[in-house]
Amino acid sequence: MVGGFRWAAMFPDEVWEHVFSFLPADADRNAAALVCRAWYRIERRSRWRVFVGNCYAVEPAAAVRRFPEVRAAAIKGKPHFADFNLVPSDWGGGAEAWVEAMAEGWPHLEELRLKRMVVSDDCLELIARCFKNFKVLSLVSCEGFSTAGLAAIAANCRNLRELDLHENEVEDNCLHWMSHFPESFASLVTLNIACLEGEVNVSVLERLIGRCPNLKTLRLNHSVPLERLVGLLHRVPQLVDLGTGKFAAQHHPELFSKLESAIAGCKNLKSLSGFWEAGPTYLPAIYSVCEGLTSLNLSYATLQGPELIKLISRCKNLQRLWVMDLIEDDGLIAVAASCKLLQELRVFPSDPYGAAQPISLTEHGLVAISAGCPMLHSVLYFCRQMTNAALLTVAKNCPNFTCFRLCIMEPHTPDYITRQPLDAGFSAIVESCKHLRRLSLSGLLTDLVFKSIGASANCLEMLSVAFAGDGDAGLHYILSGCKNLRKLEIRDCPFGDKPLLDNAAKLETMRSLWMSSCSVTLGACRQLARKMPLLNVEVINERKRGLPLELQPDNCPVEKLYIYRTVAGPRSDTPSCVWILR
Amino acid sequence: MEDLDNLKATELTLGLPGTDAPEKPSPASTTGANKRANEECCLPVAKKQVVGWPPLRSYRMNSIRIRKMEAEDNTGIYVKVGMDGAPYLRKVDLGVYTGYKELTEALNDMFKCFSLGGAEGHEESGYAITYEDKDGDWMLVGDVPWEMFISSCKRMRIMKGSEARGLSSST
Repeated sequence: MVGGFRWAAMFPDEVWEHVFSFLPADADRNAAALVCRAWYRIERRSRWRVFVGNCYAVEPAAAVRRFPEVRAAAIKGKPHFADFNLVPSDWGGGAEAWVEAMAEGWPHLEELRLKRMVVSDDCLELIARCFKNFKVLSLVSCEGFSTAGLAAIAANCRNLRELDLHENEVEDNCLHWMSHFPESFASLVTLNIACLEGEVNVSVLERLIGRCPNLKTLRLNHSVPLERLVGLLHRVPQLVDLGTGKFAAQHHPELFSKLESAIAGCKNLKSLSGFWEAGPTYLPAIYSVCEGLTSLNLSYATLQGPELIKLISRCKNLQRLWVMDLIEDDGLIAVAASCKLLQELRVFPSDPYGAAQPISLTEHGLVAISAGCPMLHSVLYFCRQMTNAALLTVAKNCPNFTCFRLCIMEPHTPDYITRQPLDAGFSAIVESCKHLRRLSLSGLLTDLVFKSIGASANCLEMLSVAFAGDGDAGLHYILSGCKNLRKLEIRDCPFGDKPLLDNAAKLETMRSLWMSSCSVTLGACRQLARKMPLLNVEVINERKRGLPLELQPDNCPVEKLYIYRTVAGPRSDTPSCVWILR
Repeated sequence: MEDLDNLKATELTLGLPGTDAPEKPSPASTTGANKRANEECCLPVAKKQVVGWPPLRSYRMNSIRIRKMEAEDNTGIYVKVGMDGAPYLRKVDLGVYTGYKELTEALNDMFKCFSLGGAEGHEESGYAITYEDKDGDWMLVGDVPWEMFISSCKRMRIMKGSEARGLSSST
């Protein structure tokens, strides 16, 4: 670039580094790196935080080479639908390749956050050994490790600040893993062990947190009995975020008042979660801190509507509420009246298969919240009935939605009053909510809703579709519109080859596409793979019958398809049920 | 593709006779799956569990499952059952039965040794199965819906002979 060298040299590198440090998003840094060679060089040497949205999009060694000064890395593995058992368990997402490369090239790594990856105990041991200044380990929805691996982390990471284990499957083979924290260890700020199934040695835990003056977040698992919670809280009155253990016990007035005062003693408490097996008996013990709460997760508590209302109406400053549908419409109406600062609401089903008594949680609850909570921008709502009218009202009340996920639990459910598809309702959402970044659809939907989404959802980054649409046009509307689409996941929709092939180029602008139980054929996948060398086209066929995939004809239907852009080429760790087409 | 018309003709729907599901314009490339999607009044809920639906993380599903199992363990509906002439009472968990037939069979089995009698209804053998409800009244087993019965039954008694005859339920 003529003149590029001259003006970049106007300032020393350190000045440009300082300037780049103000760039908030990786995308901005990426853009700066493309301006000229000097900026590329300066930017890559000064980037210390890296986010890899798809662990197979780049070779670990290449990432480590490009950014030699990284201190914090976040990596995601399996596709989102793995959460719902749609991805074979041996699909991949193993963390070894990354951890080995990072151990080699980033010895100063301080933070590692992994999501939906298979993390072995060997990985944890490598992390514990190789990163001398390791501070933050966050594992979300991971599997493959055990408490023995955690023991290695505890024993070796002298400067550990955060151990955040969120919804992982952890094998419990080392009961005393927490005893491996040395007596001199006192740096914990966050300890989240809520997902551990096994017993926790509460005395060891008490001593551990007692010597960590900076502990702000403590999330216990369900094995910690309520009686012991009192002792724990006395040691950490500075707590900001508490996840209780089991929140039930025989009624004892003495225990109640001890618990009440222990919780009241935590004057900085802003977030509460846990509440396993919570009943009405001990719930009032937390009333004193309700006013200060900004986040409340009751989604594992089978409390009934009236108890929930009594509790939540005291939480005037609540910003985030996660709750079971046992709250019912009446409860949500009370929330709408009390929690004017509410930003995020998630309502989970207490009975996903509908075997029990029907719950009175309907579209009315959602409408009430949308009307009463002006700051609401993120919703996850499981229910059994919906109307277009309700969705139109919600759209009108909440033009600021960034995330709208509605799950009507029975597939193909129409508007229960008009019997029409819910096209009009969801269209209103995307047309009104101009900042919508994430959307999940449900109910009876035709291609019309996709036309609206394609045309209006300009900020949409992630779209989840299930049991919807009439045919190819639906998928075509999405792929030819939605200019900021990054992740698209589809299941059980009648979408076929044509929209994929017609919009092949679009797939390179996205992180990934998942399609399962649709109408895609092997022939189209082959064509796509040939046409787009920067995509990995993974065909997943779990039912091993007949010929191997290479010999199957073009019209062979594809069960599951996962397409993602990558500069790493086909991966080498595919299991037998996955074929990467070239 | 022609098969789709025949499929429609023989498909079951929940609509009243004479009502039509309004036709929706479909592109030419529809497949069999579309017809299901277009069916307005969702077919009778078979309650077959679709993999990965509703979309809940396995972690949460497991919690719900564990909670249900624990709840079932804790709230077994145990009631005492006595029989005239039997030297001791028995206890049964009403929660494990799905209906009156199963319960009667189980009681027959349990009290066989005290010569309860035939496998069929109690009328033939001159016995009647009764229960004490929440109000303290003695009722004949079988009159009310099963769910109502198990929620109101406090204990049961198998009455025999002359008293039983007067209580035989009309079928």
